[in-house]
Amino acid sequence: MSKLRFHIRFPEEKIPEPIIYQIGHEYNVVTSIRRADIRETTGWMDVEFSGETQEIERAIEGLRQKGVLVDPIELNVVE
Amino acid sequence: MAKMQALNCRECGKEYPTEALHVCELCFGPLEVKYNYTEIKQAISRASIEAGPRSLWRYSALLPIEGTPTVGIHAGFTPLVRANNLGAFLGLDELYIKNDCVNHPTLSFKDRVVAVALTRARELGYETAACASTGNLANSVAAHAAQAGMQCYVFIPGDLETAKVLGNLIYRPKVIEVEGTYDDVNRLCSEIAAERRWAFVNVNIRPYYAEGSKTLAFETVEQLGWQAPDHVVVPMASGSLLTKIWKGLNELHTVGLIGPVSTKVNGAQAEGCSPIATAFKQGRDFFKPVKPNTIAKSLAIGNPADGYYALKTAMESGGQMETVTDEEIVEGIKLLAQTEGIFTETAGGVTIGVLQKLVKQGIIKKEDVTVAYITGNGLKTQEAVVDSVGRPIRIPPSLVKFEQMFG
Repeated sequence: MSKLRFHIRFPEEKIPEPIIYQIGHEYNVVTSIRRADIRETTGWMDVEFSGETQEIERAIEGLRQKGVLVDPIELNVVE
Repeated sequence: MAKMQALNCRECGKEYPTEALHVCELCFGPLEVKYNYTEIKQAISRASIEAGPRSLWRYSALLPIEGTPTVGIHAGFTPLVRANNLGAFLGLDELYIKNDCVNHPTLSFKDRVVAVALTRARELGYETAACASTGNLANSVAAHAAQAGMQCYVFIPGDLETAKVLGNLIYRPKVIEVEGTYDDVNRLCSEIAAERRWAFVNVNIRPYYAEGSKTLAFETVEQLGWQAPDHVVVPMASGSLLTKIWKGLNELHTVGLIGPVSTKVNGAQAEGCSPIATAFKQGRDFFKPVKPNTIAKSLAIGNPADGYYALKTAMESGGQMETVTDEEIVEGIKLLAQTEGIFTETAGGVTIGVLQKLVKQGIIKKEDVTVAYITGNGLKTQEAVVDSVGRPIRIPPSLVKFEQMFG
């Protein structure tokens, strides 16, 4: 069982979609939203994913395929 | 009581012990060092600082270490150059260049943050230093780790230029080229930092690492005769440097070394990677990540960790943010070299270009005491100017010919 933390960003057209709910149904992962700011034109969430590492990676890939941007919780660490 | 009280979440305020932690377990906000200023105030004075070493460690009372420094002993205390020629050109009476081109040992401001990060890392028992970097940070971590006898891992993207790779290999760290995109490198490094017991300076040691930037503010104030400037112009990559210069200035007031701070903190970015400056100009309190496309590689962070806090700092201090094109960056590098004899890397070109714009816009005025932060050495990014500085004048070995041309 792993716990991984991500910063997720939603483009404007994805704001109305229940994407985190969908991911919880489509993959065997538990999502825990710790902070979020969703507005009319943009939105982000800091989320913890719990589950098997491979399943979390599949869920992250699933998020990307839905058009959501996923980064490490630290954002850019390459300086 | 120790001078470091805790690590403090910048969002929810939850406190943590002063260990190698960087993210709040509750809200995932970033952690920052919280100090006991009452105790520090009793222990620090202008005289005690002036009697200290000629390095950033003269301010160790305000830095996040418990014992004596062990890494980067000579970092910092770089010249604050009174830039009369550049000032006259721009129409400023009192312009200064804080010249970290000559920082020790790797000629960039990263020597400050790495000195603090690795000193703290050793206090915490780490034997391996690591970072993910395309340039100055990698150089500094590799050099300091070599001096400190630490193992060192440097992660770089697979398509980095040979010269930049060489600048790391010379110190003999393990240099790991990661295949894939920049985002792939970024994600892998974040995961490795979570898995290994390594001091990843800008990940799990980041709360301590970032504090090293405050010394640029401390030195500026001391070198100005214990006076805070009216304006500073600061290049922005992650945005951390700008926030820490503001924090440093205010700490000096908190511990009673200077009066209230009214410095305007101005941020500079390249147009080809300006998520923070663009948000500021559009009046937003959040930034939109970008794919960098600029010659200012050392500032090319498209999703900056401290972008939000940099926006807040500029607004709180009454500062501005501006951007410059790649052409303006090159002109800025040449202008600084040709007026003050200082050869800066592309980040310095960004700073000088933005300084020039802020003066033209009337934001920085003739009589304002202004400090521009030049954070890296031009010898590291010669490719940026190689096509715009002309060629040598070739002559035969003849005095007659020389006199004909130059007599």
